[in-house]
Amino acid sequence: MAESSSSVASATPEAVAVAPALRKGLLAKIGFPLAVAAAYGIHAAVSKQEPELETRNYTIFLAGLGGLGLLAGALQLFLGGFRRWMQEMWPILSAAVLVFGVLEIVTTGVRLLPLPYFPSPPKILQSAIQDRVLIWESTYHSLFLLMRGYLLGVVMGVVTGVCIGWFKTARYWGMPVMKVVGPIPATAWIPLALIISPSATLSAIGLIAIAVWFPVTMLTASGIANTRSSYLDVAKTLGAKPSYLIFRVAIPAAMPNIFLGLFMGLGAAFLTLVVAETVGVKSGLGWYLGWSREWAEYGKVFAALGIMAIFFSTIMTGLFALRDRVLVWQKGTIKW
Amino acid sequence: MVSSPSPQQVAEGSALRVNGVSKRFVSPDRSEFTALDNVSLSVKAGELVSLVGPSGCGKSTLLRMIAGLETPDSGELLVGSEQITKPCASRGLVFQDPNLFPWLTVRKNVQVGPTARGVKGETKQEVEDFIRLVGLENFADAFPHHLSGGMAQRVALARALINHPQILLLDEPLGALDAFTRMRMQDEVLRLWQARGTTMVFVTHDIDEAIYMSTRIVIMTPRPGRIEEIIPVELERPRDRSSQEFLELRGRILKMLHFAGDQH
Repeated sequence: MAESSSSVASATPEAVAVAPALRKGLLAKIGFPLAVAAAYGIHAAVSKQEPELETRNYTIFLAGLGGLGLLAGALQLFLGGFRRWMQEMWPILSAAVLVFGVLEIVTTGVRLLPLPYFPSPPKILQSAIQDRVLIWESTYHSLFLLMRGYLLGVVMGVVTGVCIGWFKTARYWGMPVMKVVGPIPATAWIPLALIISPSATLSAIGLIAIAVWFPVTMLTASGIANTRSSYLDVAKTLGAKPSYLIFRVAIPAAMPNIFLGLFMGLGAAFLTLVVAETVGVKSGLGWYLGWSREWAEYGKVFAALGIMAIFFSTIMTGLFALRDRVLVWQKGTIKW
Repeated sequence: MVSSPSPQQVAEGSALRVNGVSKRFVSPDRSEFTALDNVSLSVKAGELVSLVGPSGCGKSTLLRMIAGLETPDSGELLVGSEQITKPCASRGLVFQDPNLFPWLTVRKNVQVGPTARGVKGETKQEVEDFIRLVGLENFADAFPHHLSGGMAQRVALARALINHPQILLLDEPLGALDAFTRMRMQDEVLRLWQARGTTMVFVTHDIDEAIYMSTRIVIMTPRPGRIEEIIPVELERPRDRSSQEFLELRGRILKMLHFAGDQH
């Protein structure tokens, strides 16, 4: 290996030095479009018997991806930051497209998976296009419901957490309640919530809030209670009053912990949202998922799952971005 | 080295009296120990007194009491004629660990005192002055984790000084620094002390540091914490660490501490 390369080097030293870098740069530019082309090749080969509308929409979808890929390749010629990003990302992006191709072979191609439970990617896409209005409305309803429940839970959790963490009396009375009631999964309250609450939406908001409230309270309380006593001493000797100690010392010091609570709470909120929508609320992605399953429209089930994946991970990413902004002062933080 | 201070910068120091103060603590194994036993000390306004002694002699406890963070079991502490009952902005405390708030920039850290006392608006210019005083104007917007140990300790000093304390308490403030930074910081503290006339009480493990800086050195002994002896230091400033008198005094104090340690 070493010998052969050195012999080549003696012939055209510059070409050898440049070639690997060039190849890397070239792959970053055309790797993704090639993957799209491969996915299209697979589609064209296996879907001859499939409905024409599905094939047409899927082809448009792939063409769109391919177009974006070519655009991305062209942009790399001008934008250095984007070029580095693509050099990092093109393998995983290409793999994602190739997964569509593999799925299509497994489903339409060799019919390995039982129908109608495992439809092909073109069919899933077609379902999503067909139900786009309903899916859009469901996403909107889910988002609105999630936000109301989550924010209510966060506010409740931070307030109770700060009280339990700071005031001894609040800790004495509040902590046992938290320890006994807190671990009950929010979804276990559903029977009770349906009786107490006048509307299914209200009960869903309450359930999500409870799901968020527990982790946020516990982590906020532990963060506040573990504020370094020397920070408090410093602030006292600088003339700080109790309100300053709570709001300007203890709460900022507890922020990393509070964010842990917010992340755990968000996970719990997603779970509770989907269950609540499946049980009581007659709208939202959870409801749409259950409804599609009842009609055995598994293309729509998968479409709903895909939308949920995008929906939830977008919100999660947003929370991480917020965390990074608020906690810029921390040295190393976990990346999402 | 000493620039003459502008009038509004001079905060006149206060006299401090410690009268027969005792303090007992319960250690984790439930045995009681006496951190301070009937300690009395009088510090004149504008003095720089250092407390020296082996660990466990109660020097940090005494400092925390003067700050108002601990209360004595018996005896009393007075600033002027006023009894110390709780922490107050007129008595600043600088710890060995700078304890900067990591979520605030250098500027905001220096601003903590004025903000906490509700006079933030009037002191904007002063904050900048103090940041310049400790030579960190290029780091005003940096977060503490970007600072070296010496820089962080300088911020901690500025943060305590901006309150114009009558008494500044320093609990081994230079203990964590390397030798060179340490000597520079000693001069810096001295410069501030001379310029502002603040009364300073300084806890240290380092005998050279105590001799180099103090007007008087208080030697303390442990179990129970007591004052063994108070030694006035009357050497010319700036003091020469290698002069005959310096070394003689050093030998005397070392002997005293060694003797004190042998008793137990």
